[in-house]
Amino acid sequence: MGNFLSALLLQAGYNAALVATGSALLGFAAGASGTFLFLRKRALVSDAVAHATLPGVGLAFILMVALGGDGRSLLGLLAGSAVTAALGLLLVEWIARRTRLSEDAAIGAVLSVFFGVGIVLLTVIQTMSAGRQAGLESFLLGSTAGMLFQDAVVIAVGGTLAVLATYLLRRPMTLVAFDPEYAAASGYDVRRIDLAMMGLVMAVTVIGLKLVGLILIVAMLIVPPVTARFWTERAGRVVWIAGALGGVAGYLGAAISASAPALPTGPIIVLVAAGLFLLSLVLAPARGVAAALLRHRRFQRRVHRRQGLLALARSEPILERYTLRVLRAEGLVRPDGVATEAGRAQAAKVARDECRWDIARQVHQDAGLTGRYDGLTPIEEVFTADEIEAFDSRLGGPRPVGGLA
Amino acid sequence: MGNEFVQFSLTPMLIGILAAVACALPGNFLILRRQALIGDAISHVVLPGIVVAFLVTGTVAAIPMLLGAAGAALVAVVLIEAIKRLGRIEPGAAMGVTFTTLFAAGVLILEQTDTSSVHLDVEHALMGNLESLIWFRAKGWGSLLDPVALAALPDELGRIAVVCALVVVLMIVFWRWLKISTFDEGFAQAVGLPVTAIGLGLVATAAVAAVAAFDAVGSIIVIAMFICPPAAARLVTNRLEHQVMWSVVFAVLSAVLGYVFAGYGPLWFGSQNAVSAAGMIAAVSGVILGLACLFGPHRSRVGVGREEVL
Repeated sequence: MGNFLSALLLQAGYNAALVATGSALLGFAAGASGTFLFLRKRALVSDAVAHATLPGVGLAFILMVALGGDGRSLLGLLAGSAVTAALGLLLVEWIARRTRLSEDAAIGAVLSVFFGVGIVLLTVIQTMSAGRQAGLESFLLGSTAGMLFQDAVVIAVGGTLAVLATYLLRRPMTLVAFDPEYAAASGYDVRRIDLAMMGLVMAVTVIGLKLVGLILIVAMLIVPPVTARFWTERAGRVVWIAGALGGVAGYLGAAISASAPALPTGPIIVLVAAGLFLLSLVLAPARGVAAALLRHRRFQRRVHRRQGLLALARSEPILERYTLRVLRAEGLVRPDGVATEAGRAQAAKVARDECRWDIARQVHQDAGLTGRYDGLTPIEEVFTADEIEAFDSRLGGPRPVGGLA
Repeated sequence: MGNEFVQFSLTPMLIGILAAVACALPGNFLILRRQALIGDAISHVVLPGIVVAFLVTGTVAAIPMLLGAAGAALVAVVLIEAIKRLGRIEPGAAMGVTFTTLFAAGVLILEQTDTSSVHLDVEHALMGNLESLIWFRAKGWGSLLDPVALAALPDELGRIAVVCALVVVLMIVFWRWLKISTFDEGFAQAVGLPVTAIGLGLVATAAVAAVAAFDAVGSIIVIAMFICPPAAARLVTNRLEHQVMWSVVFAVLSAVLGYVFAGYGPLWFGSQNAVSAAGMIAAVSGVILGLACLFGPHRSRVGVGREEVL
C-alpha cells in the first residue's frame, strides 16, 4: 500500500514517475482519438492498425542495420511501424470499398497477414548477428523497464498533436460518424475524413507501441470511449470524458504496476480501464444496468398500482400479490384486501379518467394527443384543465335512471 | 525429398494442412454472417484459457489446456453478448472490450505465476511451434507402415486430425441448416429451425477448431485461416458449395507453400536458418487473398456502378 501511494504521488523513483506520466498522457490521447472510430462503429479497425505495425518495426530494424546503424533507434522503428500501419489501413479501406468483402473480413485479413509477416521478419532478425539482443519482442506486449526520457517526450509530443488534431477535426468527424450521407451532401469528403479518423488512431498506436505493446494498445483505443459513452449523450463530451478516463487508467495502472513486482504495466492499465468500464456499465445514471433495473421496477409498480385501482373501481377481487403489496404500502387497501377510503377515492378518479379518455378519443380523432394514452400517463399531463372540463360536460354527472332502482 | 522429408517436414506439413482446413471450413460461414472477427476474438482469449488451465492442473497436458481454452472461448462469447445487450454497445466495440481485457488478464496471470519450468509463454502462444513437431522415429517413407514408428507420431497430429474430421462431419450433417440460416435467417426461423442454436453451434465449432489448431500452430495461423481462404473463395465463386471447396484448396495451398517457403526459402537466398512457418503460412494466405481481390471473377459487389468501381 505504501508503495502504491508513493508511486501514485510520483515518489517511487525516476523510472516509475516517467512511466506514470507517459501512461497518463498516452491514455488521454488514445481515449480521445479512439472516440470517433467507436462512434463510427469501426472500433476494430484499430485492431488491424495495431497488428499492422509489427512488420514495419522489423523492416525498419533490418534497414537500419543494413545501413550500418545499431537498429534500435526508437524514432526509426516507430517511423517504420507507421509506414506499414498506414499501408494496412489503406488496404482495409481498399478491400472494403472495392470488393464484396465486408469490412470485418478485411480487418481480420489485414490483421492476421501483416502480423504473420511481422513474425516472419522477427525470426529473420533473430538469425542476424545484430538481432540477438534487439528486444523487438517487447513491442508485442510493451515494456516499461527501460523507458527513457526520450520515450516520454515522443508520447507527450505525439499525444498532444493527436489530441489537437482530434479537437480541430471534431465537427466534420462527428458529422461523418452520425450521418455520412448528410456530410457528403454538405460537401465534406467523407472518405478523407474517415482516413483522418483512422490516421489519428494510427498515430496513437505508433507512439503507444513501446509502452503497452501492439496487442493492448487496442484496448486503450476502444475501452475508454465505450466507457465514456455511458455517461453522456453528447458526442463532444464523449471525447473529453474518454480522454480523462484513459488518462486515469494509464496513471493508476502505472502506479499499481510500480507498487509490486511481476505486475506488467500494459495489462494492468488495460485491466484498470476494464474496471472503470464495468463500474460504468453498472452505475451510469441513464444507460447503466442499475438505472435500467430501477426504471423497470418503477414502471412495474406504476402498472400494478393502476391495474389494482381499476380492479377496485370495478369491485373485482385482486389476486395478484405484488399489486396488493403496492396498494397496501400506499394505504389504499386494508390488509384483508378491502379498499380504504383513500383507495376508493383514487379508484373513482382512475375510473373517471378512463371515461374521460373515451370522450377524448371521440373529440380528437387524430392520434396526435390521444395516441399518448398508455394507461399510465395521467390525463392532466396531456390535456389542459379547460379541455378536461369540456370532456366532463359531455360525460355528464350521475343521472336518475328509469325503473325501480 | 527422402527420409529427411518424412522425419522433419511431413508431420508439420500435415498438421498445418489439417489446422488450416479445420479453421477455413467454419470460416466460410463466419464470413458470410459478418462474424469474421469472432475468430480473432477467440484466438486472443485462448491465452487466458490455457493459463488458467495450467494454474488449476499444474501441468501442460493437452486435454486440460484444450478444455481451458474452449471454456475461455465460451466465456468470451457470453461476455460479448452480455455487454452488447446490457450496455447497448455495437458488436465490434463489445468484442474489442472483451478480448483485450481477457488477453490482458491472461498476460497478468502468466507473469504472476512461475511458468519458467514449462513451455508456456506469450510468444509461443502467438507463433506456435509448427517446426518442432517432427517425427523422430521416422526413417523414411517405409515408416508409414511401421506400427512402432507410427506410435511415436506427435500427439498434435492425432488431435488436429480428429478435430478436422469432426468439423467436416458437423458441416456435412448440418449443411442445409447452416446454409438456410446463414442466407435467410427470417425464413429459417419461419420454417422452425433453431436459428440461435445454429449460430451458437457454429461459434462453438469455430472455437474447437481454433483451440485445436492453436495448440499446434499458434494464433496467427488460426486468425488467418478463419478469414483469408474463405474470403478469397468468396471472390472466386457465387455458389456456396464451390466457395467451400475453393476455401479448402486455398487453405491447403497456403499451408504447403507457406511451410515450404519458411523451411526452404531462406536456403534459396543463401541463409542458413528457417523463418517462422506460422507467419509464412499467414503471409501466403494473404497473397492468395490479394490475388483474389485483384483478379477474382466475382470480386466486386453486386449492383456497384462503374464509376464507383473505377
